[in-house]
Amino acid sequence: MAEARVIRVKAGPRLWLSGLWLTFFALAAIFAPLIVPHDPLAQDLMLGKLPPAWVAGHEPGYLLGTDSLGRDVLSRLISAARPALFVAIGAGLAACILGSVLGLIAGFFGGWTDRVISRIVDIWMAFPPVLLSILLVAFLNPSLQSVIIAIAIIDWTRFCRVVRAETMQQRRMDYVESARAMGLSSIATLAREVLPNVLPAIIVLLSLEMGIAVIVEAILSYVNLSVSTDQATWGSMIAEGRGIIYQAWWVLVFPMIALFLTVLAFSQFGEGLKERFDPVLR
Amino acid sequence: MTEAYLDIRDLSVALQHSGDRLLRRVSLAVRPGEVHALVGESGAGKSMIARAVFGILPKAVTILEGQVTIEGADLNGMSEAARRLFIGKRAAFIPQDPLTALNPSKRIADQISDRLIHILGMPKAKAHERAAALLEEVKIADPERVMRLYPHELSGGMRQRVLIAAAFAGEPRLIVADEPTTALDVTVQRQILALIAGMQARHGTALLFITHNLGVVAKLCQTASVLYAGKVVEQTSVRRLFADPRHAYTRALMAATPRYDRPEESLKPASPELMGELAREVAETDALWAKERAHG
Ligand SMILES: Nc1ncnc2c1ncn2[C@@H]1O[C@H](COP(=O)(O)OP(=O)(O)OP(=O)(O)O)[C@@H](O)[C@H]1O
Ligand SMILES: [Mg+2]
Repeated sequence: MAEARVIRVKAGPRLWLSGLWLTFFALAAIFAPLIVPHDPLAQDLMLGKLPPAWVAGHEPGYLLGTDSLGRDVLSRLISAARPALFVAIGAGLAACILGSVLGLIAGFFGGWTDRVISRIVDIWMAFPPVLLSILLVAFLNPSLQSVIIAIAIIDWTRFCRVVRAETMQQRRMDYVESARAMGLSSIATLAREVLPNVLPAIIVLLSLEMGIAVIVEAILSYVNLSVSTDQATWGSMIAEGRGIIYQAWWVLVFPMIALFLTVLAFSQFGEGLKERFDPVLR
Repeated sequence: MTEAYLDIRDLSVALQHSGDRLLRRVSLAVRPGEVHALVGESGAGKSMIARAVFGILPKAVTILEGQVTIEGADLNGMSEAARRLFIGKRAAFIPQDPLTALNPSKRIADQISDRLIHILGMPKAKAHERAAALLEEVKIADPERVMRLYPHELSGGMRQRVLIAAAFAGEPRLIVADEPTTALDVTVQRQILALIAGMQARHGTALLFITHNLGVVAKLCQTASVLYAGKVVEQTSVRRLFADPRHAYTRALMAATPRYDRPEESLKPASPELMGELAREVAETDALWAKERAHG
């Protein structure tokens, strides 16, 4: 039902542009092994620190240059889209499902259920998130799965708070009472009547959360707490590029651009969706 | 006298924390096909009675005593799931606020047919047909088009018509309508009342009609209960109620009903003597009740 309303309104440039970039990003991630011009891990010290194609001293076939070990920057950039997408989807969905389910329950049933869940959220939010994620991943052993678990464990509260507030607002409306009066159980009322009205808010948050997950993964791989070194990530590329910024700026700049655009696109996509949903719902 | 269809006996409900009673031994019966008015000012407990009938009282409220029976079956004696099914098949509820009584994310077709499909087990195609027929019956032009719309695309009066259609769709034997016209302007209000009266008569549905407007009662209802502070202060036929109101509160309510011919009378405030009298009456009731409870 929510989909039907999205289609009925026109999408603005914000949605188009960010949607375009995200599609591009997702396709690059999915087809990375097929489209990379070089093996992203192949080293060739003879070809180290080659500049991008429009700078003097470049070599043909290395569009965005190479890093200090002679690995192709473009290929690594594309290959690094994979862990980024994996974390965006995995962590985004995990945080979303955990937080939304608890938020729906707290907002719908109220009473002590709500008090317990809300208290946990308050306590959770008192911890600084980045520090917590570093500690968590270090504890869980660095890997992509650990990164996903850490992000979900930390960020479910974002979903929980918003979904709880939205659910409480819906709960007060008379259609809930009339659904209950016609014989729907509480759970059926929550799932069939209330959830579709809260779903737009959840989708918007999910998009924002995916952007956050991409950043957090980059931070963690920057400090070497994400995937092992045989997989390129934007964070690790930035870390490597930082040391040689004066000899080979491109090693640092391109992954930063990719990271920036992807995170921006996720947040703009979320904002764009919010604009689309709001006038219809309120 | 025919057997009552809905029978509420000595129903007392109270706030869980404070123990304050919101309903004070309410007894009320609606016979098959009869329209019973439940009248009272805001906060009297009218909606609370409606919720008690459907077993959807707020969590903060508990039943202290009394029964609600439908078709002679005691609802409190049933399991939660059995009661939901039992009531869902026999009774429908038109809630108080037409602006939020329809689910904003559901098409009009589904608002009507969901009950038919999920509660009454009607096949989808048949439910759709029935929804269209009902919309026609509540005089909505072009039902097939309206069925594809969302609630925010309809006016207040249209929404109320949809709610009425949804309530009658499953041919319930009882409908509880909680102030179905209060939020509407006067002309629309009149049309909706006429519509409800017509539908009720055609379908022979028993109707518990909640309102704070006595003018409405005269037009639509055969019997009436006047509620003050959760206590039924007067219960009689509508003819007797208007010809010979027994309780001072009923007379005050009548005086407070807007009269277009004599507007100055509508503005008369309730007298301090009457308020004192009512407060005393409620306190007496509570004292008597407490004594009875103490003696078992
Ligand atoms: N969820 C609730 N929790 C606690 N008390 C409530 C709740 N809902 C209503 N009450 C109290 O119960 C009393 C009766 O409320 P009710 O809604 O039945 O009034 P009403 O007669 O329907 O009034 P109105 O004409 O304004 O709808 C009021 O004093 C109200 O404050
Ligand atoms: Mg009410």
